[in-house]
Amino acid sequence: MMGNKLRHPLSKYLLEDRLPHSWCPGCGIGIALGSILRAIDKKVKEGAIDYNKLVLVTGIGCSARAAFYVRFDSAHTIHGRAIPFASGVKLANPSLTVLVFGGDGDIAGIGGNHLIHAARRNMDLLVFMITNFVYAMTGGQVAPTTPTGLYTTTTPKGNPERPLNAIKLVASQNPNYVARASATHPALIEQYTYKALNMEGFRFIEIISMCPEVFGRHIGFNDPVTLYKTLKSKSIVKDKPSLDESDYDWNHGWILGEYVLRRNPGYLTTLRRYEG
Amino acid sequence: MIPKVPLDKQIKKAVNGDEATAYAAKQSLVDVVAAYPITPQTIIVEKFSEFVANGEVYTEFVPVESEHSAMSAVIGAAAAGARAFTATASQGLALMLENLYIASALRLPLVLVVANRALSAPINIHCDHSDAMMMRDAGWVQIFAENTQEAYDTTIQAFKIAEDPEVQLPVAVNLDGFILSHTLEDIYMLPDEEVQKFLGGYRKPVKTYVDYLGKEVEVKLDPSNPISIGPLDLYDYYFEHKVPQAVAMEKVKEVVKRVNEEWFELSGRKYGDGVIDAWGVEDADVVVAVLGSTSGTVRYVAKELRKEGKKVGVLRIRLFRPFPFDEVRDLLKEVKVVGVMDRALSFGSFGPSFLEISTALQGIRNSPLMVNYIYGLGGRDVPPSHVKQVFNELEEIMKSGEVGKRLRFLGVRER
Ligand SMILES: Cc1ncc(C[n+]2csc(CCOP(=O)(O)OP(=O)(O)O)c2C)c(N)n1
Repeated sequence: MMGNKLRHPLSKYLLEDRLPHSWCPGCGIGIALGSILRAIDKKVKEGAIDYNKLVLVTGIGCSARAAFYVRFDSAHTIHGRAIPFASGVKLANPSLTVLVFGGDGDIAGIGGNHLIHAARRNMDLLVFMITNFVYAMTGGQVAPTTPTGLYTTTTPKGNPERPLNAIKLVASQNPNYVARASATHPALIEQYTYKALNMEGFRFIEIISMCPEVFGRHIGFNDPVTLYKTLKSKSIVKDKPSLDESDYDWNHGWILGEYVLRRNPGYLTTLRRYEG
Repeated sequence: MIPKVPLDKQIKKAVNGDEATAYAAKQSLVDVVAAYPITPQTIIVEKFSEFVANGEVYTEFVPVESEHSAMSAVIGAAAAGARAFTATASQGLALMLENLYIASALRLPLVLVVANRALSAPINIHCDHSDAMMMRDAGWVQIFAENTQEAYDTTIQAFKIAEDPEVQLPVAVNLDGFILSHTLEDIYMLPDEEVQKFLGGYRKPVKTYVDYLGKEVEVKLDPSNPISIGPLDLYDYYFEHKVPQAVAMEKVKEVVKRVNEEWFELSGRKYGDGVIDAWGVEDADVVVAVLGSTSGTVRYVAKELRKEGKKVGVLRIRLFRPFPFDEVRDLLKEVKVVGVMDRALSFGSFGPSFLEISTALQGIRNSPLMVNYIYGLGGRDVPPSHVKQVFNELEEIMKSGEVGKRLRFLGVRER
């Protein structure tokens, strides 16, 4: 019977006994995680990274729940502090490939200060930020990334604030890699991750994602498919977009692409230069 | 006694504990609300943002980027003379901690609702009092509600207590996460005008004489009467600025009792004497002391035991900070055995209520034997059977005169 049991194609990377996961039907986080794991798998198969040296650090949120499902070292830390935790891990053992995965509230809201300073240091981390435009885990409250005018559970008349553009924010600190992908374009997530995995320095990939349950529902998209299609129609892929093109709003959508790519020495390399 | 606003003039509504506090804040003419979402507090802020969106309040509402910012923003608002309100739980309260000390030391009469939830790690969203107990030294008044009605009543009272000229301290209203925050109950609310009359309208900052201005001014940031708030204060005056906080705390108990009575006259509801809500303690041999919603379960069990002729009582502590030492001492001095149930543990010591009650009973001749039960951490359920076990063990202690283990864990798997 065992032989007939269906295995997840990424079973090497997932704790199958913890599946099915707790993400809602139609959620984009699973697509994002799957795409990232496929990129990792390729690199592992090529011998470019060591499966036994992977660490995933997350904060708190629906996205951060990923730490619970991966079959390699992971830490589910506190809300907003995954990046400093991960910096500590990397500094303690530079041979590790340290990944951070979290929500837009976690990474750019409550943890925004750490994002800026890790980027400024060009800290050797690969950070994935799931932008679902709300604080999903707590029930769909307005987040720093919520587009102006949209309804959420704490902006019942529409969000009066402007959304935070994390691409521009991170890029302003001159890290090595800044890209925006979307769960509606899994191949892009995989491609960007594949590229960023072996690089030094700070690498940031924003992933636009759908939350039908507590985001879509409040703005009139009652089923996951319509929200998916809507987000897809708002995602425009561009080759080498300029930073000014990274601003987004609900009407015009957002540009997916690689905004920054450079090969400056990462933090650890720089540190060594200053050491005796 | 017929209250000034009889029940048929009150508004009956089915709300959960979070909503109850949101309605209370809505009626309390709050100028500024700043908050960050965290389970099980989220409903308070969602409900309040609905009031804002519907134009039902004149409050400025800011959905800030963290609890540290939430507390900072309400501190700023209160310093500028506003009535300000926020709410949080668990990790959010932990993140506020630095600012909690600022709020009390600056003598800002804020109101904070805490939907009590366990602290990480491991992460847990359910009820215990580890969050509230973390702030017990922060200079805040802390009140624990037993039910949704009390959560509503207490939130309104909190503004009155905080803003009392003798007090001028921030107040935290605690309600048990999920057990109260998310449980629907029918409650009675007063009409808006009555609440506003009770509070005396919008906040009026207290006045003080400022020597360099040569006159009395309201204590608030007001460019026409400039004052500075919180500047560097070293060994020369820091100490003198700390003692008045302790003095203000000493005034709180009487104010809480008075407000409890005033509320009773207005609404017909009161909670013991305001600081302690005791049941059957007068002639009791055995008493269980407890905070928050578990009091209901304990009282239920105590009533059953009374039917069997057992002399048992319940001491619900409503005001935890400042701690009502004299009242506890008076109520417990003749009791033979006291079991203190704590939903938090000071690791390496005992539960916080146990420590306070021990202090209250210190120096009494033949003082009661005492045992501490740590219960319900991380939301572990406390059924009547567990409470019954507590009463049984206390009775054993009374009979044998032997306390045995003073720190016990209730309803936990054995290792
Ligand atoms: C200090 C602190 N404040 C608030 C919370 C409550 N909380 C848990 S997850 C979360 C936000 C979730 O939003 P996001 O980070 O965008 O992740 P998502 O759930 O959308 O993936 C919040 C506010 C917390 N855990 N800790």
